[in-house]
Amino acid sequence: MILINYFARYREQLNLGGEKLPLTDSLRTIEDVRRLLMARGELWSQVLGENNLMCALNQELCHPDRVIEDYDEIAFFPPVTGG
Amino acid sequence: MTVRVQREVFDVGRLIASLQANDPGVGAVVNFVGYVRDINQGEAVAGLFLEHYPGMTERSLQKIIDNARGRWPLRAVEIVHRIGPLSISEPIVFVGVSSPHRQAAFEACAFIMDYLKTDAPFWKREDVAGGARWVDARDSDRSAVERWADTSQEAAMQRVPA
Repeated sequence: MILINYFARYREQLNLGGEKLPLTDSLRTIEDVRRLLMARGELWSQVLGENNLMCALNQELCHPDRVIEDYDEIAFFPPVTGG
Repeated sequence: MTVRVQREVFDVGRLIASLQANDPGVGAVVNFVGYVRDINQGEAVAGLFLEHYPGMTERSLQKIIDNARGRWPLRAVEIVHRIGPLSISEPIVFVGVSSPHRQAAFEACAFIMDYLKTDAPFWKREDVAGGARWVDARDSDRSAVERWADTSQEAAMQRVPA
């Protein structure tokens, strides 16, 4: 099982703050998870297909090619705008 | 070295004083305070809402502080970032550093602020005439942070004792 969080504009557009997914053999990296979610339809494909999408693994910024493990916490969000 | 993420307003004078308090080794304190502006991208802004990623926010700020301490001899660092609803002219963020000499303090404060802008998971939603809109990230913030990468090797060389 992996936990996926969505923040800010993504959370609003997807109308979802987070969800849990079973970690199947086909999900090796964060990019695999993103591809799986994008296949849900036009909205998902549009939001998670943005080329400046940021992602985090266990609360640290990372590259989408990072390998994931069971019980990992993943997050997808638009570029940050704090400060 | 404190990181705080809070709804409440902060006391700038007290934060600045705390950077030097009880430390005779401090010769310089530099700080930055960010405020909510009334206009963004040519449109009047009535207020802001700041969202963040609880847990990751604190970790990312701590990591930025650790990186800054690896580059400059800092005596103390304070970061306070507010979340939730904010009105025009309210302070959003405080970054303050102290060090023996001014150059390190100036640079470290700018370094921390630049990385906070690109790496810390905060998002601003503005209230404008047409409703609420999420603020877009600026390319200039990305280029601001890149200048530190360019000088990292040089900075590392400078840290090697003669």
